[in-house]
Amino acid sequence: MTTSNLLVYLIALPLISSALLLILGRKADKWGHLLATLVSGSAFVIGVLEFFAMRSRSGDARPATQHIFTWMSVGSFQVDASLLLDQLSIAFVLLITGVGTLIHIYSIAYMSHDRDRRRFFAYLNLFIAAMLLLVLGDSYLNLYVGWEGVGLASYLLIGFWNQKPAYATAAKKAFVANRVGDVGLSLAIMIAFAQFGTVSFAGVKEHAHHASPAALTAIGAMLLLAAAGKSAQFPLQSWLGDAMAGPTPVSALIHAATMVTAGVYLITRSNFIFDASATAQLLVVIVGAITLLFGAIVGTAKDDIKKALAASTMSQIGYMILATGLGPIGYAFAIMHLITHGFFKAGMFLGAGSVMHGMDDEVNMRRFGGLARFMPITTVTFGLGYLAIIGVPPFAGFYSKDKIIETAFNAGGLKGILLGGAALLGAAITAFYMTRVVVLTFAGSKRWDDKAHPHESPALMWIPMAILAVGSVTSGFLLASGNAMVNWLQPIVDPHHHEHGEEFLKPIVVSTMAIVVVVLGVLAAIVKYRTVPVEAPTEVSVFTKAARKDLYQDSFNEAVLMRPGQKLTSGLLFTDKSIVDGAVKAVGFSLQTIAGWIRNLQNGFIRTYALVMLIGLLALIATVWVVTL
Amino acid sequence: MDISNYLYLSAILFTIGAVGVVVRRNAIVVFMCVELMLNATNLAFVTFSRIHGNLDGQVASFFTMVVAACEVVIGLAIIVTIYRSRRSASIDDASLLKR
Repeated sequence: MTTSNLLVYLIALPLISSALLLILGRKADKWGHLLATLVSGSAFVIGVLEFFAMRSRSGDARPATQHIFTWMSVGSFQVDASLLLDQLSIAFVLLITGVGTLIHIYSIAYMSHDRDRRRFFAYLNLFIAAMLLLVLGDSYLNLYVGWEGVGLASYLLIGFWNQKPAYATAAKKAFVANRVGDVGLSLAIMIAFAQFGTVSFAGVKEHAHHASPAALTAIGAMLLLAAAGKSAQFPLQSWLGDAMAGPTPVSALIHAATMVTAGVYLITRSNFIFDASATAQLLVVIVGAITLLFGAIVGTAKDDIKKALAASTMSQIGYMILATGLGPIGYAFAIMHLITHGFFKAGMFLGAGSVMHGMDDEVNMRRFGGLARFMPITTVTFGLGYLAIIGVPPFAGFYSKDKIIETAFNAGGLKGILLGGAALLGAAITAFYMTRVVVLTFAGSKRWDDKAHPHESPALMWIPMAILAVGSVTSGFLLASGNAMVNWLQPIVDPHHHEHGEEFLKPIVVSTMAIVVVVLGVLAAIVKYRTVPVEAPTEVSVFTKAARKDLYQDSFNEAVLMRPGQKLTSGLLFTDKSIVDGAVKAVGFSLQTIAGWIRNLQNGFIRTYALVMLIGLLALIATVWVVTL
Repeated sequence: MDISNYLYLSAILFTIGAVGVVVRRNAIVVFMCVELMLNATNLAFVTFSRIHGNLDGQVASFFTMVVAACEVVIGLAIIVTIYRSRRSASIDDASLLKR
């Protein structure tokens, strides 16, 4: 362990900048975006410095810590606000600050016509600070603060244009779905505290291997619930599509590259719990496999370019979650896919933003078509991201996704075949729906109104896209060559260095299969979308209808959770009003009635009062007389 | 003469006063009846003082007289004020303190 004094600035700088921009208000309108971008860039520089410092150290000296202050100290229980930068955190720090800075730069141009641009940047900085706290906290409690912080930033940014009620509702939906997950995380922390008496990663890890299996499974299941909420995994995935209501840079940064991957971070960080509980691991792979197919199927039917990309994000995170459930080797591949996905998906979202920028905020892909001639740079950067996500060699997705498919097949037995098959099918559908997005948007003939004047975006927008496109091309090769990522993360996720058993399928076989299904998917999409009607056809199969409606996830939630919930609240309200309030009111009413009768005695005539007094006195005397008799 | 006759007289006077307070409407008469009740008590006090052979009852009767004097001053002032404002000394008219 090494100590570092720089870590706190990673969080403090964006946090202070965010507070400053919010407090100064309109006074900061002129330079707010510049400050926010500068701060985000500085955080990236600190991250890079720390990365090189870490590389120069070796072995156990690599992780760096910084103690900020003692947060709470109760008897023998102590929680410190401490930061931990290890091989896993640094990968996230570089991704968050790097992609974050590019998206800050992009947003300067993208949001230039918005009068609330300063507020937007304040929220972005708040998000960067919270996300860095999430990945840098050295205990579950510190992580929880960041976890809630990114939820808040996400809510604020989805509802950034909350003058539109639908957008405000989308923000609320995301917040509520996230809260369900947050309950899981807080329960996991409580169980960990009750079982182990500590909430720090190191402490829980120490206790984990002699804890009861039931406790570990409970913690694992609760952590999975938390991850499902934050990472839009089944069954809490319904919020991600609506979250596209936020400005496109937000979708790129928060709802594609960073925040939604927090669930993968959480599971990878808690690897000692999942490795010790086969049940929890099984739950993780089931959730991952369901979501990767779910998202892919939904992605095939969306006409809104951002929602199609959101469905794709859901599916790709499904791959990552699946990988984290596959044991020590899976974690490294999950993080690798997370980083490559951060590049290509953020790049494609920024590309979608660029298209919307040129097309008067039109998002319906049926109204695009033939944009390649008008937006060459966007087309190229988007195209590189596209090649990366479908997994064409030598682009990034090829290295990271094929590894996950391969690991899934090698999980052994029927489980391996099912998971590998699901992952392979997902790859085919991914190729299909991403080809559909590209064909509908950039190829074919023009289908937009004459009012629209598509044009290439300014340099401030295309330069970040180009950098991310370079990442989409190279990151996979860089991370995979010489098993760089696996070796880098090995001390964190595989400290005992597991030897892998028999390989069920050779890598070359898996790659060949993956390329074959990808080619099939691409060809199917090209054939199917040779002509595209401007209005979505209504005479479609039940499957298309279901996919258009997110496989009835919303209807399910409304029928099973929302309506019974509403019934329950109205029932409780009725009980409260009629029975509880009724009892209280009955007491009051009867007292009032009795008082009404007694009040008649008070007729205001002094002589009556005197008579009553006299009678009372006589009664008193009579009583005394009788008693003493 | 039997000393208990004073007590009977006191009781009779008190009863007359009490009945007067209850049945009469004229504030002045009611007031006089109250005075009558007070003096009936005084008589009882003094009688008991005599019976017990100490001065406690006599002292108490002085207190009663002082209180009665104060009461007369305030009571008459109230009656006069009410009469000035309402041109009536009937206590049934001054019944605003009802519900």
